[in-house]
Amino acid sequence: MNNEAVLQAGAATLHVAGDHGEAHHHHKQSFITKYIFSQDHKTIGKQFLITGIIWALIGGFMSVLFRLQLGFPDTSFPWLSTVIGHWAKDGHITAEAYYSLTTIHGTVMIFFVLTGGLSGTFANFLIPLQIGARDMASPLMNMLSYWFFFTASVIMLSSFFVETGPFAGGWTAYPPLSALGDASPGSKTGMDLWLASLILFVVSQLLAGLNYISTVLNMRTKGMSMMRMPLSTWGVFLQAVLGVLSFPVLFAGFILLIFDRHFGTSFYLSDIYIQGVGALPHEGGNAILYQHLFWFLGHPEVYIVILPAMGIVSEVMSTNGRKPIFGYSAMVMSMFAIVVLAFLVWAHHMFVTGMNPFLGSIFVLLTLLIAVPSAIKVFNWLTTLWKGNLRFTPGMLFAIGFVSVFISGGLTGIYTGNSAIDIHIHDTYFIIAHFHLVMGVAAFFGMFCGVYHWFPKMYGRHMNNTLGYIHFWVTLVGAYLIFWPMHYEGLAGMPRRYYDYSSWESFKQFVELNRFISICVIITFAAQFLFLFNFFHSIFKGRKLTVKNPWKSNALEWTTPINVGHGNWPGEIPEVHRWPYDYSKDGHDFIPQTVPVGEEDNPLYTSAEFTGIKVEEEPAKAHKKAHA
Amino acid sequence: MTTVSVTENKGKLHPHKFLLWVGMASIVMMFAGLTSAYVVKRTFSNWMEFGLPSVFWVSTIVILVSSLTMHLALKNFKAHERKKYKNLITVTAVLGLLFAALQLYGFTQLHEKGIQIFGIGSNASASFLGIIVGLHALHVIGGIIALLIIFFRAYGTKVKRYDKTPIEIVAIYWHFVDILWIYLFLFFSFM
Repeated sequence: MNNEAVLQAGAATLHVAGDHGEAHHHHKQSFITKYIFSQDHKTIGKQFLITGIIWALIGGFMSVLFRLQLGFPDTSFPWLSTVIGHWAKDGHITAEAYYSLTTIHGTVMIFFVLTGGLSGTFANFLIPLQIGARDMASPLMNMLSYWFFFTASVIMLSSFFVETGPFAGGWTAYPPLSALGDASPGSKTGMDLWLASLILFVVSQLLAGLNYISTVLNMRTKGMSMMRMPLSTWGVFLQAVLGVLSFPVLFAGFILLIFDRHFGTSFYLSDIYIQGVGALPHEGGNAILYQHLFWFLGHPEVYIVILPAMGIVSEVMSTNGRKPIFGYSAMVMSMFAIVVLAFLVWAHHMFVTGMNPFLGSIFVLLTLLIAVPSAIKVFNWLTTLWKGNLRFTPGMLFAIGFVSVFISGGLTGIYTGNSAIDIHIHDTYFIIAHFHLVMGVAAFFGMFCGVYHWFPKMYGRHMNNTLGYIHFWVTLVGAYLIFWPMHYEGLAGMPRRYYDYSSWESFKQFVELNRFISICVIITFAAQFLFLFNFFHSIFKGRKLTVKNPWKSNALEWTTPINVGHGNWPGEIPEVHRWPYDYSKDGHDFIPQTVPVGEEDNPLYTSAEFTGIKVEEEPAKAHKKAHA
Repeated sequence: MTTVSVTENKGKLHPHKFLLWVGMASIVMMFAGLTSAYVVKRTFSNWMEFGLPSVFWVSTIVILVSSLTMHLALKNFKAHERKKYKNLITVTAVLGLLFAALQLYGFTQLHEKGIQIFGIGSNASASFLGIIVGLHALHVIGGIIALLIIFFRAYGTKVKRYDKTPIEIVAIYWHFVDILWIYLFLFFSFM
């Protein structure tokens, strides 16, 4: 095992908590190396989480702004002009601002929140703790991956402040809007910043993904075979595989785009005729080429978003259901199947591009095949819950909520995956409803689930449960009230990406419904402040953990001390003897992974001290007692 | 510090080496994306066919020879022949630079034939060649930087270190960019 060696080679500043756990106290890290340029995977995970939360707040607020326009197209909100200045004229969001808001909402939610924020947080935080490693394979690369992400964030944020505004051509950045600087105000500097930001983001994801994969494959502790890993680790591992193989293709697409924008090439641009300008000097370019390259990442991207959430939900559900996960290997295999299929379905985003119908039907078949592994997973979650001894912690509720929205959104996937139906509902609100439920809300629920569940491990304190319950119910009901009606609007043909529907007779019937959705958005967004307050307040003031293993979990991360130092285990890394889902087995509520097989009744291994449920006194108190 | 027992590590790849393999898979995907884009784009109208610059044959031989010298360098390092090793990595780096220069010369050859790579009036087929070959050359230059690092290490350290992992990593990468070029060369020749 190369664990110690890597940690040492990784950075001279690291202290290795090997045989000399005492080293902890001698190495004083400065504030900067401990909290800012930290190479500790746990700190990096928290950095990803907090950056992700900030972006979720910004992205969510954007959706509130453009929903104001959609719900109240005729009402003037003078305060808007105060908040966003000339982007809101006379209290109305301008069309340019509206398109920028939807574009950046999509970009930051998918990339910065649900990729950076979700897998960045949990892969970093959980992988070494759950497989029994001191840190990542390359802590330095890991730190760099965060700082690339941070720089990407800053650049994206800076595009809000350029005169022509941020990019406004949709999160998919199709040419010609993205390739022609003069196509719209947002296509000027805003688009350059968008590209720069996303290229840095791709670099960040590649650095991170390389690290996750090699850590999982190389640095597992003794006895931790692949099939003994918690499903949460499987989820982030497989998303890293997807990311490492699909992000480079997006990168290639972006390079061609940059050359079209700035170096006069004709990959995507052709001799488009523009009134008053004439035909462009480009020749023979084709925007469909970009779509192929984009969706070759774009589709795996939705699994990059959902796989970590699936893993987290499986782990939390089994722990709080006090039952072994149903069909562990089926869970792993179905995630594998999703990874493979993810690369074979991208063209279902392009049914309306005039694709050969025969080719389309192949993509329909492959797309519908994804329903099989997805259904296996849903079945396994439901059977894990079945007759379980459920503990409804906020984390558990979000896990169950995840399954609910994943089913609701997944079923419409069968509609949208069929080219015959998709050609009709393409670019309508039906699609908005579908993907928001199945990968937007679902992935958010996975993220909330993970945060509520592992918060005690992250900060050594509990979050407030009551606030958690209110947050869950308002969010669940709110999400359904927002997105369910959109299915009807979409089937009625209401297109997405329109600034104002009031001039169409056929959409007048939806005026009230749009207003209703917008009000639900505002309420649901407001409810997220409960979470924010709960999160930040609990970091400093939450109820302190008294036991190492508050959820009575089997997984390895709960064998570490309440406040974990760099290196994770003060002594030897524990050896693993079993899978992490031995709950309610042979009369034992739970059997940690560290208990040898056949030794389940050995008092040594059932002691509260070993299982981590012994109440530990605070060091300060213990210190006082010793002196008295 | 627990000493890592060698027996336990037997048969397992060094994490950094593994990192390189995954990284190479990722680089392969980027070039696969670009070459598939080339294949797709070729079926559209307005595609210019032209022959590769002849100097690419020379650069192919240069990079093949550099792979050989890299291999010999690693072999000599393992045999503790430090002087030969130093000379061989120097030769490898020089050959790498020569390769990059020859690639650049290839484009001036094309330019003289009136084929424009970038800018208004360029054809996507030439732009593809420019971008793909350029990106590959950047990867070769990355390899040269890695070579320079181990080169200065070989001269700099007083204490003789015989950790072969970094050199093996550079060697694997070097062979990788070589094979990648062979693939690209065959791709452009026969597609």
